[in-house]
Parts: sequence; C-alpha cells; structure tokens
Amino acid sequence: MIKNIKIRTAIVILICVAASVYLMPSLTSELPDVWKKYLPTARIPLGLDLQGGTHLVLEVVTDKAVESTVERLANNLKETMMDNRVRFRQLERNKGNAIILELPDSPSREAFEKIIKNHFPDLEVASSEIAEGKDKITLKLNAKRTAEVKKLAVEQSLETIRNRVDQFGISEPEIIPQGEDRIVVQLPGIKDTARAKNLIGRTALLEFKLLDEEHSLDDALRGNIPEGDVVVYGFNIDPETGRRTSVPYLLKDKTLLTGEYLESAKVQISDRFGEPNIGIKFNAQGAQDFERITGENVKKRLAIVLDGTVHSAPVIQERISGGNAQITGRFTMEEARDLAIVLRAGALPAPVNILEERTVGPSLGQDSIDQGMWTSIIAGILVFIFMVIYYRLSGFVADFALALNLFFLLATMAAFRATLTLPGIAGIVLTIGMAVDANVLIFERTREELRMGKTPRAAIEAGYEKAFLTILDSNVTTLIAALFLFGFGTGPVKGFAVTLTIGILVSMFTAIFVTRIIFDYFIWNRKIATISI
Amino acid sequence: MEIIKSVTQFNFVRMMKPAVSISIAFILLGIASIAWHGGLNFGIDFAGGTLVQVKFNQQTTADRIRNALKPIGIEDSIIQPIGTNEVMIRVAKSSGAFAGFSEKIQDALGTYYGKGTFEIRRIEMVGPKVGRDLTKKAILAIVFSWIGILIYVGVRFEFRYALGGIIALVHDVLVTVGAMSLMNKEFDLNIVAALLSIIGFSINDTIVIFDRIRENTRKNIKMPLNDIINLSVNQTLSRTILTSFTVFMVLIALFFFGGAVIHGFVFAMLVGTVAGVYSTVFIASPIVLAFERIMPSKTKRK
Repeated sequence: MIKNIKIRTAIVILICVAASVYLMPSLTSELPDVWKKYLPTARIPLGLDLQGGTHLVLEVVTDKAVESTVERLANNLKETMMDNRVRFRQLERNKGNAIILELPDSPSREAFEKIIKNHFPDLEVASSEIAEGKDKITLKLNAKRTAEVKKLAVEQSLETIRNRVDQFGISEPEIIPQGEDRIVVQLPGIKDTARAKNLIGRTALLEFKLLDEEHSLDDALRGNIPEGDVVVYGFNIDPETGRRTSVPYLLKDKTLLTGEYLESAKVQISDRFGEPNIGIKFNAQGAQDFERITGENVKKRLAIVLDGTVHSAPVIQERISGGNAQITGRFTMEEARDLAIVLRAGALPAPVNILEERTVGPSLGQDSIDQGMWTSIIAGILVFIFMVIYYRLSGFVADFALALNLFFLLATMAAFRATLTLPGIAGIVLTIGMAVDANVLIFERTREELRMGKTPRAAIEAGYEKAFLTILDSNVTTLIAALFLFGFGTGPVKGFAVTLTIGILVSMFTAIFVTRIIFDYFIWNRKIATISI
Repeated sequence: MEIIKSVTQFNFVRMMKPAVSISIAFILLGIASIAWHGGLNFGIDFAGGTLVQVKFNQQTTADRIRNALKPIGIEDSIIQPIGTNEVMIRVAKSSGAFAGFSEKIQDALGTYYGKGTFEIRRIEMVGPKVGRDLTKKAILAIVFSWIGILIYVGVRFEFRYALGGIIALVHDVLVTVGAMSLMNKEFDLNIVAALLSIIGFSINDTIVIFDRIRENTRKNIKMPLNDIINLSVNQTLSRTILTSFTVFMVLIALFFFGGAVIHGFVFAMLVGTVAGVYSTVFIASPIVLAFERIMPSKTKRK
C-alpha cells in the first residue's frame, strides 16, 4: 500500500475545491463582493468564433515608408547641393527607391562625396557609371537605416491602430504584431465590421497643397503637367441624384502642411445646412505655419487633400491665426465621426493591406455554443451508458472519473485563461471519448489478471502497474501531435489543441490517481471478495 | 513457460497480406481520385478567396442568389446550402481584386433582396499571401509530427517499431485524404487539425500493441515473432475496439449535432479513426515482422 487512502482522498477533494473556485465565475454572472476581492474572477475566455467578432491580419507596406524616407532625403540632398553650389543634373528618386543624379565633372564629384559623408550618412553609393565624362550615380539607403525605417513604420502603425481602435470603443481588443511586417487585430463583439475595417485600414494622410491657378488644367490633363505640379482628383456629389463625379484639380506638389500638426479634430454641425463638418485645430507649430501660409497666399485656393483625394479647395480669404480650420465636404454623420477619429489618432506611416479576415456574427456564435453544449451532453450520456453496460460497477467508477475530467478540464481552462473556441468544444467532446481509454486499459488489464486467477487485490495492483507505462507512452505521443497542432494552428485550431492537451493530461491524472483511490477503498477498507468489472 | 490463454485467437498474421493489399488499393483509389479532380478541393484557407455565410429570412434558390450576385461579376461562385435557409457563398478569386468582396456581396444581396431580409452569419477572407503561409505551415506541422513521433517511439522501443508506427501513420493520412477527395469534401485548416489528431490517436493504439509485443517477447523467450504478434494483438483487441468505439460514438454525435462549421473536420476524424484502428492491427505489425526477417531483433531474449 503506497499511501494512506485518507491523504489521497484529501488531495483530490482539495483539488476539487480549487477547481470549483476557478470555475465559479464562468457559471454565475453575479459574484458576491467578498469573492471579487480575494478569489479569481476570470471567466473562461470565449474565442471570436463563439462570442462573435472580427479577426484581421494586416500587412504594413513598409516599402512605402522607405519610399517616403528616400523621397524626403532626395529633396534635402537637392537643397543641400544647391546651397553648396555643387553642380549636378537630374537629381530624382527612381522606382527602385534609389536616388539617381548626374555629376558633370570631378570637382563636383568630390564636393558631392563630401556632402554625402558629412550630411547624409544613411545614404551610400550603390553604383556609379562614367559616360562621356559625366558621372551617373545611384544612391541607396543603407541596409541598417532601411531596416530601421521598416521597423519604425510597423511600430507607428501599431500605435496608430491602437489609438483608432480605442476611440472606436471596443472592449478588450487585441492588437499585436506578427512577424516582421504584420499586425493582428482582434475585435470581439463588433457589429459593423465594414466600418471597423475602414477605420483601421485608411492611411488618413492629410495634406494641404496650393492650387496652381497660373497653368491650364486642361493642358495638364492632356499630359503636359508643369514642373512641380500634380493632378489630384476630388469628387462632387450631385445633391439630387446622389451620384459621385470625379473632379480634377491641378495642385502644386509641395505639401505645405500635414495632419501631423493637428492637435485635435472634432465633428461640428454647420449652421447653414445642418451638414456635419470637421473642425480641426493645429498645434502651436502648425498654427504658426498655417498663419504664414494663409498670410502669404490670400485670395489663392488651398486644397485639403485626404489620402490622395481632394476634399475641398476653398479660397483663402485672409490670414488665419489661431490655427483653427474646417474641413467640409459631403459627409454623413458617421463618415464625419470616423474621419475625426482617424485624424485625432494620426495618419498611418505606410498603407496597410488586409491579408486575412475572419468575422463571426453574434448569432452564429451563440448557435455554436448551444450546439457544442448539446453535443457534449449527448456524447457524455452515450459514453456513460456504454461504460456501465460493459464494465458494470467499475464502469461507474470510470464514469465518475470522466465527470471529474470535464470538471477539471474546464477549471484548468479558467485558471490559465485558455480560450474556448468551436473546435475547442469539439476537443472537449473528443476528450470524453478518449478519456475513458486510460480506464479501459487498466480495466482490461485487470480483467486479464483476474482471469489468470489473481485475487482482486493483486489483480487491481497488477492492472494499474502494467497499464501505467502504456498509458504514459500512448499519451505522450498524442501530446506530441497536439503540440505541433498548437504551433501550427490559428486561433480556433489552437483552441482545439489546448483542450485536447489539457483533456489528456487531466484524464491521465484521474484515471491513475483518482479511480485507484476508489478501488483501493473497496478492496482494503471494505475488503470485498470480488470486483464487478 | 506457460502460454497465456487469450480470449480470442484470430490469426491476424495470416490476414496481414490481404489487409495490406486492401489498404494499398484504397490509397491508390484515393490518389486516382485526386488526380481525376485535378488536386484536392482546397478551401479558402489554402487557396485564398472569400467566404460569406448568409441566413435568409425566407426560402430562396441558388439561382436567385446568383442573379443577385451578377452585378458584381461573381455569379459563378460556389453556393452551398447548409441548414435551413442558410447558404455559404464562396468566391474563388484570389488576386488583388478580392479585397472588399465581403462588402460587395452584402451590398449586392441588399440591393436584390432588400435590407433586413437576410443576416450575415460569418465572413472569411484569406488573401493569397496568407493562403500560401498556411499551406506551408500545415505541411510542416504534419511532417514534423511524424518525425517527432518517430523519434519518441524509436527511443522507447526500437527503430523497427518506430518505422512500423510511422508507416501506419502515413497510411492513415493517405487514406483520410483519399476519402476526402472521393467524397469531394473541402480541405481546409480544420482538416489539417483532424489529420494531426488522427496521427495522435492512431499512434496511441499502435503503441499499446507494441507495448504488449515487447512484454510478450520478454516473457516468452522461445516463441517466434509471428506468434507473439498474434498473441499481442489478440490480447489487446478488446481494448483497441473499445476505445475506438467510444471515440467513434462521440464523433457520430458531433457529426449529427456539431453544426456545419466543423462538419468536414468530423468527417475526416471518422475516416481517420477507422483507418487508425485498421492500420494499428494490420499495418504496423507486419512492418515489424518484415524487419524481423531482414534484421533480427536485438532486444530479444534477455
């Protein structure tokens, strides 16, 4: 006899009590205050497929962030070269995110190299060709800085998206990075996924550019875009038909001010038509710049460009100080609200693509829970009855262990905050079928021993002993498979691996430890002559 | 040395040859089916695409749904009915144009049927990048679990047992995949989860028999391996059938009551469980026997 039955029973009861404590919050919605202070209050977390919600995988287009950086450096380089009176030709950024330029002679080349070394340590010469005495140079952003820019872009995107989701008002959202350039967003309980995707995915780059009113718009549309200009489209909504038409604008490419300088943005209702618009307020620096820009360009038109679309291009009536302005356009209340949110949260440093989306409506979630519950009950009853028929009273012992299994399984999930998903419920149902396996092994072995003529006492001992290693080996291999399943799977499948693993471990415990107590009690304390097995 | 009288005395060893032939035939059938279908019926998890599950308030036909979807050019989507008044619309397009399809589908249905007459139950959209990622991960998971189990069994028993076990596992996966193809069931992430579970259960069974073979080998020094295997399988037969039976029972419950989302998963598990028992009894042991003829065991008569 290894251990005292009383001690072992006490251990099991202790575990049961602990399990009840952990499981209680998931069963009742009202916990007494005393409980809340000292005891665990966490319910079993439900996966998105059971509570409804959206799971998004976003990809930050980090190349675009590199592109912007190179563009900015190209402009700076141009200015620096001009300031230092170094001669060059055709300095621009090409499609491969490199800066190309031409230097006419070697003194220029020397001066150029000095500038690069002193002012632009992040740039490095990727190649240089000498043709007809001229130097054609290609500059690239060095590897270290490129990696930094990409990493920073992802971090900023993470932060910005968090801000936006915060303002959206979802409880317990999850926004986590994945790999090098991906972000996983989980929004439980969300109802309007289209709006959420819009809110999260838009770059929200706000730019202020002047209209070029000196050159012809038609000329530009035909292909003759003057140097330093760009054609940008806006739209008009016909108030009667509600149809949108594209309207081209010829703008000066240089961005005078961006949304970076915004301090706040909020929805306002215009007095005249009751239409919503966005009231923006610049921070100190922005207000100063805005005052200067409006002061220098009175009577000219300033285009407000959002994500590459012109929203409005009002005439600057006078110099505006104080940094307040309005963005008008035909917004619905909801559009205005969402726009204010993204302006407040800030622009994304690079565009994001949605790579994967999984949305489950709340009704389906509830249906899945119901189905899962019924299936578990039916499966449980089937196995219960079967075990009793086949193993008689010992079957009852196995059934008791099974019930304990489920109890401990759910409690462990609550304790470790393991998420329950729909495949997870399938895993629980499978555990019901599998958990009896350990018991079956022991019982079959015991039957064999009895057939060989051993006493019940010896038969039980032999049964448990010989079955133990087999149980261990077979369960470890199943756990190996479950481990890979956990590593490979996405959310719902991970939930399956978790319930399966916990189920197996718990079933090993109850089969070997708990049922043994019961048998030992009957054999040693009650000294029965035969066992019903 | 006494030979323990077993309850059953089937000569499994003699049944092995025909059993293996049946297995091979079935696997070839599965391969032929895959070739005939032009590959597996990959779900959007691997092939990419958009899936929308819609529940209508009233009865409607697939044709009407197609009409509703015509304006956005996807009338050739797969429309699969599930449950009452509920369908799954699957758009296979996986190029850049797929973005925003779920919204387009909702709008198109809203225009055709009127708002409020249907409910979007579920949306899944998988872009090609993620699809490729998942495919890779799935294959790696299955292969690595094979390797992991191979190592563990090799350490606990002997290499020949590990080999027998692995071949049985490969057999199970092939049979299950073949069955999925024959029934033209969709192959998605859940199915891979099912395959990994099947691997876990099947090796479970196999180890129980190996364990018994090892024990009997130690106890009955003079007995030829043939007879030991027969003895072991017979001794563990009741346990093998019982455990598989309880799992099978539970899976049947899931099959009928578990709902549409995991239906494919349960089907795969059902096939896999049966294959698992079959392979444990008829495949794993012949391999051990075959190796015995080539390379006699070292642990034998201690």
